This record gives sequence, C-alpha cells and structure tokens, in this order.
Amino acid sequence: MADFPFLLAMIVVPALGAAVVAALPTARAALARPLALAVSLLVLLLAVLATVAFDTGGDRFQLTTSVAWIPDFGVDFALGVDGIALSMLLLIGVLVPVVVGASWHETPPPRPGRGPRSMTAFWAWLLLLESLMVGVFAATDVFLFYVFFEAMLVPMYFLIGSFGGPNRQYAAVKFFLYSLLGGLVMLASVIGLYVVSNSSLGEGTFAFDALRQLEIDPNVQKLLFLGFFVAFAIKAPLVPFHTWLPDSGAEAPIGASVLLVGVLDKVGTFGFLRYCLPLFPDASRDLAPWVLALAVVGVLYAALVAVGQDDMKRLVSYTSVAHFGFIALGIFAFTTEAATGAVLYMVNHGIATGLLFVVVGMVIARSGSRRISDHGGLATRVPLLAGVFLLAGLASLALPGTNSFVSEFLVLIGSFPERPVHTVLATVGIVLAALYVLLMYQRVMHGPARGVLAEPEPEPDPVPDHAGPPDGGGATAVLTAPTPPRTRAVPDLSRREIAVVSPLVALVLLLGVYPQPLIDLVTPAVEATISDVGADPGGNTPQVGGTEGGTD
Amino acid sequence: MDGVSAPDLSFAALAPLLFVFGAAAVGVLVEAFAPRAVRHPVQVAIALTGAVGAFVSTLLLAGTREVTAAGALAVDGVALFLQGTIAVLGALSVLLFSERALDPARSAFVAVASVPAGSVRDRELATDERVQTEVYPLASFALGGMMLFTAANDLLVMFVALEVLSLPLYLMSGLARRRRLLSQEAAVKYFLLGAFASAFFLYGLALVYGATGSVRLSAIREAAVVDGGDTLLVLGLGLLVVGLMFKASVAPFHTWTPDVYQGAPTAVTAFMAAATKVAAFGAVLRLLYVAFGTAEWTWRPLVYALAITSMVVGAVLGLTQTDVKRMLAYSSIAHAGFLLTGVIGLGADGSGPGLAATMFYLLAYGLTTLGAFGLVTLVRSGEGEATHLSQWAGLAQRSPVVAALMALFLFALAGIPLTSGFTGKFAVFRAAIETGAWPLAVVALVTSAIAAFFYLRIIVLMYFSEPVPDGPTVGVPGLPTTIVLAVTAAATLVLGVLPGSVLDLADSAAVLVG
Repeated sequence: MADFPFLLAMIVVPALGAAVVAALPTARAALARPLALAVSLLVLLLAVLATVAFDTGGDRFQLTTSVAWIPDFGVDFALGVDGIALSMLLLIGVLVPVVVGASWHETPPPRPGRGPRSMTAFWAWLLLLESLMVGVFAATDVFLFYVFFEAMLVPMYFLIGSFGGPNRQYAAVKFFLYSLLGGLVMLASVIGLYVVSNSSLGEGTFAFDALRQLEIDPNVQKLLFLGFFVAFAIKAPLVPFHTWLPDSGAEAPIGASVLLVGVLDKVGTFGFLRYCLPLFPDASRDLAPWVLALAVVGVLYAALVAVGQDDMKRLVSYTSVAHFGFIALGIFAFTTEAATGAVLYMVNHGIATGLLFVVVGMVIARSGSRRISDHGGLATRVPLLAGVFLLAGLASLALPGTNSFVSEFLVLIGSFPERPVHTVLATVGIVLAALYVLLMYQRVMHGPARGVLAEPEPEPDPVPDHAGPPDGGGATAVLTAPTPPRTRAVPDLSRREIAVVSPLVALVLLLGVYPQPLIDLVTPAVEATISDVGADPGGNTPQVGGTEGGTD
Repeated sequence: MDGVSAPDLSFAALAPLLFVFGAAAVGVLVEAFAPRAVRHPVQVAIALTGAVGAFVSTLLLAGTREVTAAGALAVDGVALFLQGTIAVLGALSVLLFSERALDPARSAFVAVASVPAGSVRDRELATDERVQTEVYPLASFALGGMMLFTAANDLLVMFVALEVLSLPLYLMSGLARRRRLLSQEAAVKYFLLGAFASAFFLYGLALVYGATGSVRLSAIREAAVVDGGDTLLVLGLGLLVVGLMFKASVAPFHTWTPDVYQGAPTAVTAFMAAATKVAAFGAVLRLLYVAFGTAEWTWRPLVYALAITSMVVGAVLGLTQTDVKRMLAYSSIAHAGFLLTGVIGLGADGSGPGLAATMFYLLAYGLTTLGAFGLVTLVRSGEGEATHLSQWAGLAQRSPVVAALMALFLFALAGIPLTSGFTGKFAVFRAAIETGAWPLAVVALVTSAIAAFFYLRIIVLMYFSEPVPDGPTVGVPGLPTTIVLAVTAAATLVLGVLPGSVLDLADSAAVLVG
C-alpha cells in the first residue's frame, strides 16, 4: 500500500473536484456543496491511509514521488512527508470537511438591487485551496514549495474578496500584498540557494535533501535565512509583520478564517522547521535571540490587544498571533521537547482555534453581528452552543485536559532550560489568554440579554455608547436594558452544527488526555530537525559558532 | 581590394525576412490595384501569409549559424528565436487588426486618415463601414524591420532596421477611428521623440565608427578588447544605448510610452507593446553581447542603473494610473526593467544564463501583454473602448470569461507561479543572481510586489466591486480576436505549468554569432 501515491492523490483529487465544481452549470449548482463535502472527506480518508502507510521508525521522508518538472531550472515535482508534514496533512484532512459543514448555509455578501450570487465559486476555491495547501506541506523541492506557497494566495484572495465581510476588498488586497512581498523576498533566497548549490555541487538543484548537505558560508547563510524568515514571519505571523491577519481573519468568511489561521499560517512555522533550521543552521543559531524576542513580544502584545477587541473574529485572530509567538518560541529554543511541543501546538492550535472560529461563526450567524457588545445572556437560550464555546475557549487558553495544554506545557518546559527569561515572560501570556477568552465568553453568553436576544426595534437609533472600533459591521444595534422586556427565541445548535463541531470537540478532548500517538508521529522528524541545526537532540546546549552545517 | 564582387547572400537564411517584406510589397500593390470591396480580406490574407511564412521558415532554419549578406546580417539562434517570436506576435496582431465584429463601424481603424478630425466629412465617415487597409502593409513593413533589427550584425543595418520598424509604427499610431485627436497626438509625439532617439543612435554610431573604424559588430568587439575604455567608444556606446532604450521604453526614455499606448488604436498598442519590445531587446542583446561583450564593464553599470530606474518608475507611476491602457504602459516600462535584469546576467566567460532567460521572458511577456490588450478591445462603451478603470467595476458579473482571462493575464504580469510571467521572472532573476547582481534582483522583487498592487487593483475592481449602473458592454469578439485570446491564454498557462521544452529551445538557441 505504501506504493500508492497518496500525496499526489491528495493534491489531484481536490484540484479535480474544484474543476468539476467550477464547471457545474447553473442549474446544477446545488450539487456543489455535497460534492465539496464528498471530495474533502475523500482527502481525509487519503490522509488517514497515508498515516497508516507511514512508518514512524523509517526514513525521514516517506511516501515520496518525484518527477522531473523543469529540467532547465533543476526543478523536480518531488513530494514526500516527514512526521511534521504528515500531521499537518491530517489537520487539513480534518479541518476542510468541518469547514465545508460550517459553511453549508454560507451566503455571499448581499448585492444591492440584484439577486444573490451563486456559491459555486466559493466551493471551487475552497477545494483548490485544499489542493494547494496539501502541496505546500508535501513538497520536498524548494522551488515546488515556493510555487505552492504563492499559488495558495490566489484562492484565499478570492475567498476573502468575494465572500467576506463589509471591508473585504481592503482585507483581501492587504493579505495578498503582504504575503506576496514576503514570498518574493523568499524567492530571492530560493534562487540564492540554487546559485550556492550550483557553485558547490556543480549542478543547481532545489531538492531539499541535497540542499541540506550544503556547507554555506555563515554570512551568506544569514542573508538567505533572512529571505526565508521574512516570508515565514509574515505568514505565521510574528509581531511586526502581523497586521494583515486581524483584518483578513475578521473579514474572511468563517470557513476561510478557519483555514487561514488553522492551516495557511502554519506554513510559516512549518517553514521555520523545515527550511530555516536545517538549511541555515549557523544563521538560525546566530539569529535565534532576535527571533525569540519577536516571539515573546508577540505573545504579550497580541494577548493584550486581544483583550481590548470588541470584534470576536478580530479577537480570535489576535489570540492566534499570540499562539504563533509560542510556536516560534518552541522552535527557536532548539530543544527536542520544545520543538515537539511547537509541532503539537501547530496541530492543536488548528483544532482549538478552528473550533473557536467555527463556534464564533455560529454565534454570528444567529445575531448578525461580530461585536461582543451586541451579545449578552445567550447561554440561557443556547446552552449547547454556550458549552462548546466555553470548551473551545478553554482549549484556546490551554486548560489542562484540553489538547493545547500538552503542547503549551511542552514548549514551556522545553524552552526553560535554554531560555529562562523568554519562557518566564511568555508564561505571562497564559494569564492574559485566560483574560481574553473568559471575558469574551462571559460577555457573550452571560449577563443581561443584549443585542440579538433583546427584540430589535424596527428602526433602531444609532447608539452613542459604542466602545468598539467602527468596523464591526453588523445589522443589529445594541439595546441595553437592565431587564429586557422580551427576549427573542434563538435556536440552539442544529443537527448539522452538532455534526460540525463534534469531531473537533472529540479531538480537543482526545488529544488532551492521550497525545502519545501524535508525539510518536512527530518526534523522529523533530529530532532530525534539531540535529540538523547542530543542537543536541537531548535538549542541551546548542553548539555555538563552528561551520559544520548539520549533516545528520 | 580586388574590384567589386557580389556580396554573398544566403537567401535561405534570409527567408523569414523575405516573407514579411514580400508580403509588405505585395500589400502595397494590392492597395493600389485591387478593388476596395476585396481589399480587406486580401490584405489580411497577405499579411498573415507573410507572418506565418516567416514563422515557419524560422522553425526550418533552426540550428543555422551563419553571417551572411557580406557580414551585415547574423542568422543565429538568438536572431531566429526572436524572429520567430516576432512573427508569432505579428500574426496575432494582424488578427487583432482584422477584427470586424466589435466596432459598430466594423473596424478599429479610421476610414480615411487624411480627413481632418472633427470635420463634416470625418463625421460622415465615422459610421461608414469603409475601412482603410494600409495598416496591413504597414504592419508587415514594421514586422520586417523588427526582424531585421534582431539580426543586424552591423550598426548601419541596425539603424536602417530601426527606421523601417519605426516609421510604419508612427503612422499606425495615428489611425484610430475613435478619439482621433488623441490618436494623432500620440502619432506626432511618437514621431518627434522617435526621431530624436534615432538621432542619438546615429550620433552614437558615428562616434563608435570614429573610435574603431568599423560599423561591423565583430570589428567593434575586437577594437573594444584593446581599448574598451576609449572615451569616444564609451560615449558612442552610451548614445547607442539611449536610442535602443527609447524603443524598448526603458525609463528614463519612456515618456512617450503612456501617451502613445493610450492614444494608438488598441490593436496597434498591443503590437507595439509586444513585438517592438522583442525587437528592441534583440538589438540590445546583440549590441551589448556581441559588440561590447568583451568590455562589459563599460555597459554593466549603465544597464544596472537603467534597470533599477525603469522598474521603480514603472511600478510606482503605475500605481497612480486610472486608465487601463496607461497602466499597461507603465507595466511595460517596469517589465523592460525586469528584462534588463536578465541582460545583466551575462557570465564572465561570455555565456551565462542571461541570454536564454531574456529571450524566454520576451516570448512570455509578449504573448501575455498581447492578450491583455486584446481583452481591452472587448470592453466598450458608447464612444469606443471603455478604458477608464472605474468602468471595469464588476466586470466579472457581466462577463465571467473576460474577467477570468484578464485575471489570468494580470496574474502572469504580476509574476504569480504557474503562469508564464513567473517562469520568465524566475529565469531572469536567476541569471542576475548567478552573475552576482543580487542587489538588482532584490530591487526587482520589491518592485514586483509594488507592481502587483496595480494589477490586483483591476482584479479587485472586476471581481469584488459592484458594477456601475450604465457601465460598459462587453463585445462578443469575432473569430480573429477569439483565436488571439485563446492562443495567448493557453501560452500563458503552458509556459507557466510546463515551460520545459520552450526553456530548452531558448537555451539551445542562445548562441550569438558575429
């Protein structure tokens, strides 16, 4: 079974699905949704089968496929996964069907004076995005990785721009330009790598395994590292490069937000692990203090900003910026525990934040507003939704027993011996996380009934006491009353919604109490990465200086 | 010197040129003798035969490396590759010229160019279905000039080719049926500035002749080995480069480009943007690599600076444009800078990947830009083409196919992977970095990101904005434009997804003789 090209199939199946969905005639547009669900479930099945075929004790890269693509550039269409990439593929496999379910009743933004637009394009872009996301994690050729990395922007751009909130044009362009700029800087480094390989191997190549063997001059390494780093830091995003994420996360349709934060941004942290550390070990070690500083600043800054948000989607986006700080801390501490924690964090954050986004989307679907201040007292009407909301929130703040706890704990204990100051500072972020999550939960679910629960007047007057930013966008106005005269009936979770959240809820709890299989899956790849960077896999002092670029 | 002997002429090697010049000459005769009713189809057929014949003969000649016509012409891989590219772009442009389904008056060209704009007669003719067909022989002459330009092994021949390609273009720019004054203004501007540029070129030629005693590129090369730093020679080189960069619309010699691109009939703009660029860069490559290939230190800093200027000017000024054609003009200026990045990639040993990369880029860019201008001809309002950006709002809802194709071309121009633009950019940037010009490549990458903003702006308008109430209509193209769009879109995709064979071809053709 290991001979079956799982990775290729996981790229081709959704791409074909996207083509079929896009080609559906208008009369058959209703088929698009079930088709998208079927395709995404098939990809999940493929991902699971690939995991079964993967041997955790085997080679570093498995399930490999390689075909010469552009011989003149030395580019191969080479696919293969290690444990880290495979865990990301599993995450994609799980999240995309959930997203399809969560977006089931998604409607395009209203158009004044015209009928609703068809959603076919949404499903087609979603499937194409899935295909490209698989490609970006499965590529073992740096050029191919770059191609997927950039091509991935196009479907996400259209998802945000065509189906997002009121400020979607701005968000879409900002998203695209930020990522494109980062990508182009990385392209310079990609070409630089090729040139270096050309001069030291006699033949230019983009194959990851060959590039890993190169001995690159430390100064050149620093330049090349910076090119990759900027792209990944924008993608991940680390703090000074993060401003696009709250805009995109807030304006994107819920399904796209889940994938944006849950998977797309992981390309950044994945890139640190896969490309920055093994290819530029000396530069990684030299520049690690700077990266760690950014990471810790990100944890604290984003958490503080999140506390002040009134827009729930923006809030969740900011929490993600804080989480990415933790992941970067785990990666650049250069210990196996911390890096394992970071990889688990990548998976767990996708599940927990994905769930939180989905639940927030369900709240928004009921109220029509993204503002926290437009909500209140919902828990009495929607106990199930409130329960899932709380669970998602607790997973996000890494309560023991939820999946995120394991990863956050590993990151912190793994980093502490190496970087005590950074670790202690980052721990403050955990406290802030409790603050923003619980405040949001409390304001939305408890307290006096507000917003959607209070029967809206036909023509509500503008409310002067809006505290939040003016871009919240929403139909309902705040009506504060000590005891609302009437409350509107708000439906609790429907059967579809229960089906959407239950896999994620199950994973949150399961990985919270029994993370071992995931740890076993990623540990060999993490150890290989940490030994590439020249640090002791046991988690002791990284070698300082020296030019021996990690040849394992 | 033993008397006068007939120059050696290899007619086979000259076949591509003979085809287009033959078509041009026959076209003039048809113009004079054929009855008006049959002129249009006959002219189109002749021009197409010339271009396609030239293309086929470049294919048949593949592998030829010879210097012929008494050393005045070099028929080598580069010349043939670029001649083939120009022939394809020329044939597609002729198809765009021949489109009769879009304009209510059945042609984008004026009925009688000599009637003053705005006169009574002009208004009568504006809706007349009469078509002036001079544009076809003119296009053939221009094509011939361009193909000669890329093969010129002699500065005098290069100058003659420059004039042969330029003069018809000046005329063609003034032939628009609608907004005639704008078109005529464009023609006059182009002519005046073009004449200046030609004078620069001629003066440079004279100086180089003075310094080396020859106009033959190979002789200049030998002289440059000995005294490449000779003031006269360097000065001459500078003036020659000015003349060529003008044609290639490289900043700071670009000022004519937006006006002429905007005023000229869009099909002619497409022709100029695509084919002229190829021809001009063909000459640049030949001049710099053959004549001054041994003295690269004399032109490297110059080209370096020009590349940066052109990229920055094109990308930054493109941001402020509100007219699609002007925006594409600034895009063309920025792309000229990217092309120069490839020109820099000449290896120390005279080979290097720069030559093949630039050739591939020219092909990819020419086809994409031709397609983009072809689409501009489709979006129309009551008074002709609707080129103001605001009129493109919500185009995706009116015509999903046109919007999707435009998005493809714009993504290609922005250099998004899986389109030809990315492959081309990758090739030229690799060439630059391999020869150590990585700061230039970084500037190019940053300007690519800036330029992406204005390409994206059109996509945002087309897809994410609501259509304006009385917006433009999207014309249903006839067969010729449909063919052009299909070919250019297919090429844009294929050269992005599977560029291997064409890259191979460019690689094997990257041989200059002199």
